[in-house]
Amino acid sequence: MPIVLETKDLEKHFGGIAAVNRVSLQVEKGARHALIGPNGAGKTTVINLLTGVLRPSAGRILLEGEDITALEAYRRVRRGLARTFQINQLFLDLTPLEAVGLAISERMGTGGQWWRLVGTNPAVVEEIVEILERFHLTDAMHERTGNLPYGKQRLLEIALAIACRPRVLLLDEPAAGVPEDERHEILATVAALPADVTVLLIEHDMDSVFSFAGRISVLVNGTLFLDGPPEEVARDPRVKAVYLGESLDA
Amino acid sequence: MPSQLVAQVTRRLARRARWRPLEYVFWLAALASIFLFPGRHLILTEIAWLGLFALSLDLILGYAGIISLGHAAFFGLGSYAAALLAKHAIITEPVLALLASGACAAVLGFATSFLVLRGSDLTRLMVTLGVALIMREIANQIPEITGGADGLQGVIVAPILGMFDFDIFGHVNYAYCLSVLFVLFLLARRIVYSPFGLSLRAVKGNPLRAASIGISVNARLVAVYTLAAFYAGVAGALLAQTTAFASLDVFSLERSADLLLVLIIGGTGYLYGGLIGAVIFKLMQDWIANLTPQYWQFWIGLVLVLIVLIGRDRIGQWSGGLRALAEQVVRRIAPGAMSPLAGGSGKEVAGEGH
Repeated sequence: MPIVLETKDLEKHFGGIAAVNRVSLQVEKGARHALIGPNGAGKTTVINLLTGVLRPSAGRILLEGEDITALEAYRRVRRGLARTFQINQLFLDLTPLEAVGLAISERMGTGGQWWRLVGTNPAVVEEIVEILERFHLTDAMHERTGNLPYGKQRLLEIALAIACRPRVLLLDEPAAGVPEDERHEILATVAALPADVTVLLIEHDMDSVFSFAGRISVLVNGTLFLDGPPEEVARDPRVKAVYLGESLDA
Repeated sequence: MPSQLVAQVTRRLARRARWRPLEYVFWLAALASIFLFPGRHLILTEIAWLGLFALSLDLILGYAGIISLGHAAFFGLGSYAAALLAKHAIITEPVLALLASGACAAVLGFATSFLVLRGSDLTRLMVTLGVALIMREIANQIPEITGGADGLQGVIVAPILGMFDFDIFGHVNYAYCLSVLFVLFLLARRIVYSPFGLSLRAVKGNPLRAASIGISVNARLVAVYTLAAFYAGVAGALLAQTTAFASLDVFSLERSADLLLVLIIGGTGYLYGGLIGAVIFKLMQDWIANLTPQYWQFWIGLVLVLIVLIGRDRIGQWSGGLRALAEQVVRRIAPGAMSPLAGGSGKEVAGEGH
């Protein structure tokens, strides 16, 4: 499979601390790739570098072979790289309907139109409905996002990323903070993502990771520690020591 | 089923932009004021251009979250541009001159928009304040063009569209200002309910997420800042045309600060805040100044403190209740003519205005 997303010796320093240190990661097209590691390993920093929220101190990022290291965040989205956030980043005063509509019209290039009213573009409306249905948000679509229950907000978090119709999707702990009985809905949604969408997942729950991922990269102290298929990672005694040991402590 | 849902979604999205009964009432009242208060046209003229000026600030503060303490920079530039265009007979027809003046302000708005893209509210307050101070000093330093501290005198404004001459009672002035306000209000209303307008609210709410769904945050902010500068420039031009005069105080800090006051009195983020605020501000100023000429500042200060302490939320709730009552009454009088009361309208007011 061709490599769709790649980093080369990616580094990010905060002051004197190397949060991400010479990480060279390769994600194959259509992969279900998990990025795991103990707390503070730099996983979210890697996502922030990949999406352009942070600028790397050194190294390069390639999306479908093209260098996007200096590209602004919104341009990366337009090139097919979308993400969700570990901590909800939603438009609290808008309804899910409006938020999803925004993402869709932005992708279609009609988001800057000022001469037509919202909701007058049938193509956008049809897709809003499709996405809201897929994420079981139709009942809540007219509610102010800030008033939605947390589980629904988590779903909207993913729905917004999907509305960008990404070729590569970065999921930062999609089920974080969701009560146990609602987790399955989120994880089922993640599992049901179209096969042609490449997914890079950060997740703490090892059961989810091993049932979902076809490939796992382990990040420890900002360094890529190990990279391989789940069986290999599960077998590796060092991973058990570093990662599982840590998670047992926690 | 899905097609039903599509229809429902289309309806709901369109609902926000629908004209509410109280909006008709507002504009009918504005129209009626032309005929009902012929002796008050001078102050009504001031209310009209101040309302437009406040609407301009609402576009950036209420919709994009950009706070400014220097909006007078654009107002002042528009004002001088209109006065100079008329004085030197460069563009004599007032409506055209109005557009040209607005365009001048828009150019300045575009050029300075890059200064307000980043930074906290405090940085933005300081940067905008600085721009207005610079503009004032420039105008002060070129008296051969601007008249300096004496102001620009000898401005003669030609009849509007070559037909309606400005009069000293302000009759034509008011009709003119109100028409311009109405047209620009319609345009602003169209814009805030467009995908562009919605994206502004998204940028205001969460710029990080806005960028993460592909919105070019900076481009949107530049666009709305430029637009708001145009509006402010037109408001300033209206002042210059209706008074046939421009002076340095069009750039003053007090003007920018008063403007913020006007908008906060009326409430941000629903377009009418600036207009209602202008009515209240000017009438209060007029009324209190008649009672106790010296203490005008005291009372306006007190009102401001009360508004902030009580909180706009609560005032919004009261007005939401009043609005619901009013709409009920209107519906009873004219059943069927009304759109159903949108649950959002009252809440919108309550939710905004920080």
